Amino acid sequence: MAVVTSDRGRRQAAATQANFLYRPEVRQAIYQVVLVVLLLALFYALVHNTAANLRKQNIASGFDFVARTAGFDVSQSLIDFNSSMTYGRAFLVGLLNTLLVAGLGIVVATVLGFVIGIARLSTNWLIARLATVYVEVIRNVPLLLQLFFWYFAVLKALPPPRQSLTLPGGGLLNVRGLYVPAPIFEPGFEIVAATILLGIVAAAAVYAWARRRQNLTGQQFPVLWTSLGLIVGMPLLTHLMLGSPMTFEYPELKGFNFQGGMVLQPEFLALLLGLSIYTASFIAEIVRAGIQGVSKGQKEAALAIGLTQGQSLRLVVIPQAMRIIIPPLTSQFLNLTKNSSLAVAIGYPDLVSVWSGTVLNQTGQAVEVILVTMCVFLAISLVTSAFMNWFNRRMALVER
Amino acid sequence: MPYLSKLVAAAAVGVIALGGSASAQTKTLDTVKQRGSLSCGVNTGLAGFSQPDDKGAWTGLDVDYCKAIAAAVFGDPSKVKYVPTTAKERFTALQSGEVDVLIRNTTWTIARDSSLGLIFAGVNYYDGQGFMVKKSIGVKSAKELNGATVCVQTGTTTELNLADYFKANNMTYKPVVFEKLDETVQAYLAGRCDVYTTDQSGLYSIRVQQPKPDDHLVLPEIISKEPLGPSVRQGDDQWLTIVKWVHYALINAEEAGVTQANVAEMQNSTNPDIKRLLGKDGELGKGIGVSNDFVVNIVKAVGNYGEVFERNVGSGSRLKIDRGLNKLWSKGGIQYAPPLR
Repeated sequence: MAVVTSDRGRRQAAATQANFLYRPEVRQAIYQVVLVVLLLALFYALVHNTAANLRKQNIASGFDFVARTAGFDVSQSLIDFNSSMTYGRAFLVGLLNTLLVAGLGIVVATVLGFVIGIARLSTNWLIARLATVYVEVIRNVPLLLQLFFWYFAVLKALPPPRQSLTLPGGGLLNVRGLYVPAPIFEPGFEIVAATILLGIVAAAAVYAWARRRQNLTGQQFPVLWTSLGLIVGMPLLTHLMLGSPMTFEYPELKGFNFQGGMVLQPEFLALLLGLSIYTASFIAEIVRAGIQGVSKGQKEAALAIGLTQGQSLRLVVIPQAMRIIIPPLTSQFLNLTKNSSLAVAIGYPDLVSVWSGTVLNQTGQAVEVILVTMCVFLAISLVTSAFMNWFNRRMALVER
Repeated sequence: MPYLSKLVAAAAVGVIALGGSASAQTKTLDTVKQRGSLSCGVNTGLAGFSQPDDKGAWTGLDVDYCKAIAAAVFGDPSKVKYVPTTAKERFTALQSGEVDVLIRNTTWTIARDSSLGLIFAGVNYYDGQGFMVKKSIGVKSAKELNGATVCVQTGTTTELNLADYFKANNMTYKPVVFEKLDETVQAYLAGRCDVYTTDQSGLYSIRVQQPKPDDHLVLPEIISKEPLGPSVRQGDDQWLTIVKWVHYALINAEEAGVTQANVAEMQNSTNPDIKRLLGKDGELGKGIGVSNDFVVNIVKAVGNYGEVFERNVGSGSRLKIDRGLNKLWSKGGIQYAPPLR
């Protein structure tokens, strides 16, 4: 009778006798280690080569320039900046401007995109066709041309400061920007501010209570109007009772420009409009794809149980469509952030214009500046997609 | 497994290739001669300095300098490839080797001579920064510009001088900064800003291109020194010497009275200075790496400095800029060249 040895036993016997190098796991490990070492060597060689070439050509390198005086001003920034501050601060100014326009652009583009996308599926023939025309035209014209249109074509149509258009509420519109009255807070305003905060907390409490009550008894409560009353009405009442401790400072024409009030510069407005309208056309198509991806039976069932068209869309279709919408929506958000770098063409001081434009040219250190810009955009994109992925996972839990 | 080993082999090749490439010092003159043409960095379109006409041919003061260098090196002024550069990318283009010489109305400053790895080869136009406003706003002097909005191009000395001037005079201003020249001018014309600022030669150049030039006023104040000149990469003395002496040759030719019209007959002159200048005496050209008659080639191609100036930005052009500081030293200006001997 032959001795039956198991497969594993035979292999084990073979392994102990075979050469160390012939074992598959060992060979794999060696290949991987060698690959990592070679990749590191490649990376080191690149960095070393670049540094050596820069030194040979006497081009300055290193990050010392960040502490040097900038010597230039920027037309708008969220933080204080003047020409005696450092390049590092100029970097922050550019970064904040980019984040501002990207953040606002994402919000406006999403809202507009949803509206246009749903409009395209409307049963009203005119609305649907208008939405189609919007999407087809805006999607197919390059973004830079659209920005030029908004900035130069619309800008040229606005009147000069001496002949500004007056808007209701004390605002002024002219070629230098949109001027709105700025609020000035006098000492008694803290009470009004406290009332607003209380109103928000109270509104949140009412919302939670109303939802619980609806889950238990099925009765609905007018949460929207109550919240409005709490957040807006109560503080307004307090404001009037205290004798209006908040006045407005109106912009007045003094010399060349308007002093006082707040201003939205045309560069910012043109960039925001251009980016939002462009990205909204793409988001509209994504939303349409998402809604059409939900099976028709869902809508019919919603209508059958007595929901209106609007309610069925809001409560049944869109929550399910979100799972299809969110991944491409993330891409569009990242596109919008990166497209904001076109700001330099219309004079908006964003990161690329201030940092990779002016600072690069004044210091001549192209390698460091571009490297930092790439890392910053990478970081912004990674944060945005991380947030959207978390949001996507949350949406996914809604389904049973 | 076979895939992994191929990847390792590819990475190995990559490292060896990178490590093996020794950084050899290439001489620009050899590169230019090998290529057969000069790669010249110029402005994208500034009337009088470098501008393509409607047939695509480049003309201007800086363009004539490119032609002069090509004439010196090759004997043929047409062997030039013009590379238009914006204010933002001009230095990177020269640093990276995309252009051999940058003749693009660039101001000579210490920062540019040092941390950028470039070196300037003379001043072909002594300029200064000024302001241009629309006559309708009723301003007659730069000191009245407190609170004004100013259109300016990014990455220029203009931006820095503007900030310094307003700070020194305790005035405030709002800058609107663009990348391209056209966009800056468009915004000024649309009324987005009250003032446009750049070198005075640029102001005259822009003004003359407007449909109604008299609507614009160039303010009298010159707020900075702007010596404009050609620049090359550091570390190549031979190329720097050639570019420098092309510029000096133009000035020496004007001093000696050699013009495009009379250069042919001047070659028969018995004057020892002219004989040396035109290469009939001595081995001066060969000494710097070009042919001995390089001045003859230059003057045949573009004329002397005075002719180049008048044809492009002076009385023979639309700009009608007075020579001012750019006259010869013997005529009251500051254009001075070392002697050719």
